[in-house]
Amino acid sequence: MAKTVFDDISTLKKELLRCMKCGNCMSVCPVYNVEKKESSVARGKIALGEAIIDDKINIDDETLVKLIFNCLVCKSCMLACPSGVRFDRIILGLRAAIARKKGIPFVKKALFGLLKNPELFDRGMKAFAAMQGFFLTKEGEKIRAPRGFLKQFGKRFDSDFVLPELSKESFRDKVSEVINVENPQATVIFFTGCSVNYFYPEVGEDLIYVLKRNNVTVITPKNQNCCGMPVMVHGDIETARQLAKKNLDVFEKTAAQYIVTVCGSCGSAIKHEYPIILEATEYEEMAKKWAERVYDISIFLLKVIKFEPPKGKVELKVTYHDPCHLKKSMKVFNEPRQLLKMIPGVSLVEMKKPDACCGSGGSYHLTHAETALKIAQAKTEDIKQTQADVVCTGCPACMMELFEGIRRWNGNCKVLHTVNLLAKAYKKEEA
Amino acid sequence: MIDSNFINKCRNIFGPENVITDKAELITYSYDATPGIPREIPGVVVFPENTKQIQELIFLARQTKTPIYPRGAGTCLSGGPVPLSRGVVISFQKMNKILEIDPDNLTATVQPGVIIADLNNAVAKYGLLYPPDPGSMATATVGGSVAENSGGLRGLKYGVTKHYIMGMEVVLPTGEVFRYGGKTVKNVTAYDFTSLFVGSEGTLGIITEIICKLIPAPKYRKSMIAFFDRLEDAGKTVTDIVRNHVIPATLEIMDKVTIQTVENYAKVGLPTDVEALLLIEVDGMGKDSVEWEAQKCVEIIKQNNGRYKIAETDAERDALWAARRAALPALAQVKPATVLEDATVPRTKIVDMLVSIQNIAKKYNLMIGTFGHAGDGNLHPTILIDPLDKDEMERLHKAVDEIFEVALSFGGTLSGEHGIGVAKIKYLKNEIGRSGVETMRRIKQALDPDNILNPGKLVPLEE
Ligand SMILES: Cc1cc2nc3c(=O)[nH]c(=O)nc-3n(C[C@H](O)[C@H](O)[C@H](O)COP(=O)(O)OP(=O)(O)OC[C@H]3O[C@@H](n4cnc5c(N)ncnc54)[C@H](O)[C@@H]3O)c2cc1C
Ligand code: SF4
Ligand code: SF4
Repeated sequence: MAKTVFDDISTLKKELLRCMKCGNCMSVCPVYNVEKKESSVARGKIALGEAIIDDKINIDDETLVKLIFNCLVCKSCMLACPSGVRFDRIILGLRAAIARKKGIPFVKKALFGLLKNPELFDRGMKAFAAMQGFFLTKEGEKIRAPRGFLKQFGKRFDSDFVLPELSKESFRDKVSEVINVENPQATVIFFTGCSVNYFYPEVGEDLIYVLKRNNVTVITPKNQNCCGMPVMVHGDIETARQLAKKNLDVFEKTAAQYIVTVCGSCGSAIKHEYPIILEATEYEEMAKKWAERVYDISIFLLKVIKFEPPKGKVELKVTYHDPCHLKKSMKVFNEPRQLLKMIPGVSLVEMKKPDACCGSGGSYHLTHAETALKIAQAKTEDIKQTQADVVCTGCPACMMELFEGIRRWNGNCKVLHTVNLLAKAYKKEEA
Repeated sequence: MIDSNFINKCRNIFGPENVITDKAELITYSYDATPGIPREIPGVVVFPENTKQIQELIFLARQTKTPIYPRGAGTCLSGGPVPLSRGVVISFQKMNKILEIDPDNLTATVQPGVIIADLNNAVAKYGLLYPPDPGSMATATVGGSVAENSGGLRGLKYGVTKHYIMGMEVVLPTGEVFRYGGKTVKNVTAYDFTSLFVGSEGTLGIITEIICKLIPAPKYRKSMIAFFDRLEDAGKTVTDIVRNHVIPATLEIMDKVTIQTVENYAKVGLPTDVEALLLIEVDGMGKDSVEWEAQKCVEIIKQNNGRYKIAETDAERDALWAARRAALPALAQVKPATVLEDATVPRTKIVDMLVSIQNIAKKYNLMIGTFGHAGDGNLHPTILIDPLDKDEMERLHKAVDEIFEVALSFGGTLSGEHGIGVAKIKYLKNEIGRSGVETMRRIKQALDPDNILNPGKLVPLEE
């Protein structure tokens, strides 16, 4: 097997060289924007990579490790980079090298082990759902906030920290594996992702509703796994590879032509990361094949099938937040807006910076709470000034962060996934 | 120099959260955007929030003879903020407040860390403009651009940074705080300190406050692109436009290598068989005058055998500008590294300079794409290289030497906008002579007797 940037850090050298230190990435990096330090932004982390390769610093230097993990992997910098530096490879490659050297911290190891084994993970999540009352108190409809004792784990867990309630029954448990329609125009795999499966089943339900409405047969394989993004960004490329391979095997067993996603991170994992991490393995071709067949729901509706716009009226002022992985990785940003504008009654108002990161970044908002909260606050202020009734987005992780921000800084708009609004309009039409 | 005592004192002055001492963090302050110059890790990095702290730091540095390196965004292309002999880096990134916008006196007062684009967004609300617009304006700071006397795409019509500085607060290398200038349009008191401090590259004083001049933003503009089969025709178009008393805001040129590379990478729809293209934008307050200027440009393009396209809408304008914006990115993708030079010649010598660069590229077997501000004679020959290829690096250095030699022989200059820093210090004498260098030394010595402020940059201290 050929060496990739994830196996051997010296292969990163070529990629690092492409950075001409122009600093363009500084103008778009959410972390830099808050911290104003060179080490926050791609350019600084690339310099650290160079220093590691040139033996100027040890890869397990404590500060260095902290700095390399101080990044949302939002890829904003890549969009602004004139030299086309593939920073995603660099940052993941560096993290993989650190993980190899230091081992993955104990807690994460336990969690990642669970991820690898979907049944165990599933049981774990359900156990947590049953126990969540122990950690979290109920705060209104479907929302939970931490109980007092959690505060000892850092002020991140103050009473403004909220999570959507974990459903006792996961989405994939509830939904039948195959939903047939008469005269289907396509057959798709619905890759649910963990957050839809455990936190936002209603997004999944609405997606199926919308697809059915458009005559699409939906297969939701029960044994699909986590997409692997959470472990990948922590440098555990081995687990990510295993998850990817398992998922590809699951895809291969179906008779589907396409995969649809409602999560920017899952979509971009399959589209962009699988082919990279499975480079030079026996799964390379399979990864490439499915990478071409995976679509965010908005593109799928507008570009792949014949879409029937809803006729029901939804009188709402809506603003749209671009999830980083959807816009910057998958380059999807026009279609969700187009869909929203097709809903009768919806008026779309843009934020000043709709594609500014919300600060979530997987677990970044927990590990780098202070910076993340400042990023989220700026996002919330931008949402508030639009005076929209609803902020729509295309990624459940962003939904959680936006929701928390709005609650924390006294906004009063609702957070919905674009498919929630579409389904609403279809249902209105039938009523 | 820098020991724990020094660092403790820094912590007292700036507060512990504004002092960086960890090696990993320090490494990220060892460079700027200049390729091929030495890097050095500073001893400490501090983030001041006010003038007084800087003054205290200077007292401390003088006692211990510690070199000080001011740093804006580190986008410099001549090595200005690199801490050559370790010492203290002062990062201005947190001193970034716009202190006042005065729309009646047409001024803005800012701290040095304000990003140029942010200043422009803030004054746009009043229909005003701060014209200096380096390609790096989304990142670069006002302080850094004042210290470099940055120019930009609008240089031909609107001038460069020094034309927009009305006054400053400067902490001198002796620790004295010095303010000059103000909001008056006219001010001839004393020496012209703007000419002294703008472009001083952090060697004469630390800029802590800047009064900028603003202008009403032009209301109308018209953009066009023109293609030429012969370099001579493009060059003649440039001189003819100015000879006909049209001063475009932007008058950019791209050579064949650049055009082909842009088309190859960005696919913006450029013809690849032409020798040069010009991107021209005229602007102004009156619709008619802008129309007249655009018409005049079109006539001249036609007389010089050029083909052209005019943008009628904003979208079409964006499409024309896409080619210019893609120039550096496209070139940067061809080879692992790019060296962006800054040779500048009188406007009438543009063609001669372009031909010379092409010959130098052939002679040293290098790929060089040239684009730049034709209207002001400021060209950016961009040399594409692989730093791991030793032989190529040697040829690169010879080629660069020759480019500057030729530029000077045409009555040009070493730098149109990127400054001297460390990158071009060895050529300085060739342009301003022994007496020029001696004058610079005397000025430096008078203001900075201990040579603690950005030593090794701009002023060659030894032969
Ligand atoms: C992609 C790209 C495009 C560019 N385009 C242009 C262009 O079109 N025109 C142009 O002129 N330049 C251009 N540049 C060069 C550079 O961006 C400019 O010179 C810019 O103004 C430097 O600003 P900075 O904040 O990055 O300063 P830095 O690079 O941090 O510092 C520059 C110099 O200023 C000194 N300095 C910084 N702050 C202070 C202060 N407060 N007091 C005293 N000295 C200080 C430093 O010591 C250093 O010598 C470009 C650079 C890049 C990478
Ligand atoms: S990925 Fe995002 S957070 Fe990380 S360096 Fe790039 S812009 Fe900054
Ligand atoms: S924008 Fe790209 S080339 Fe420029 S400093 Fe950032 S990573 Fe490097």
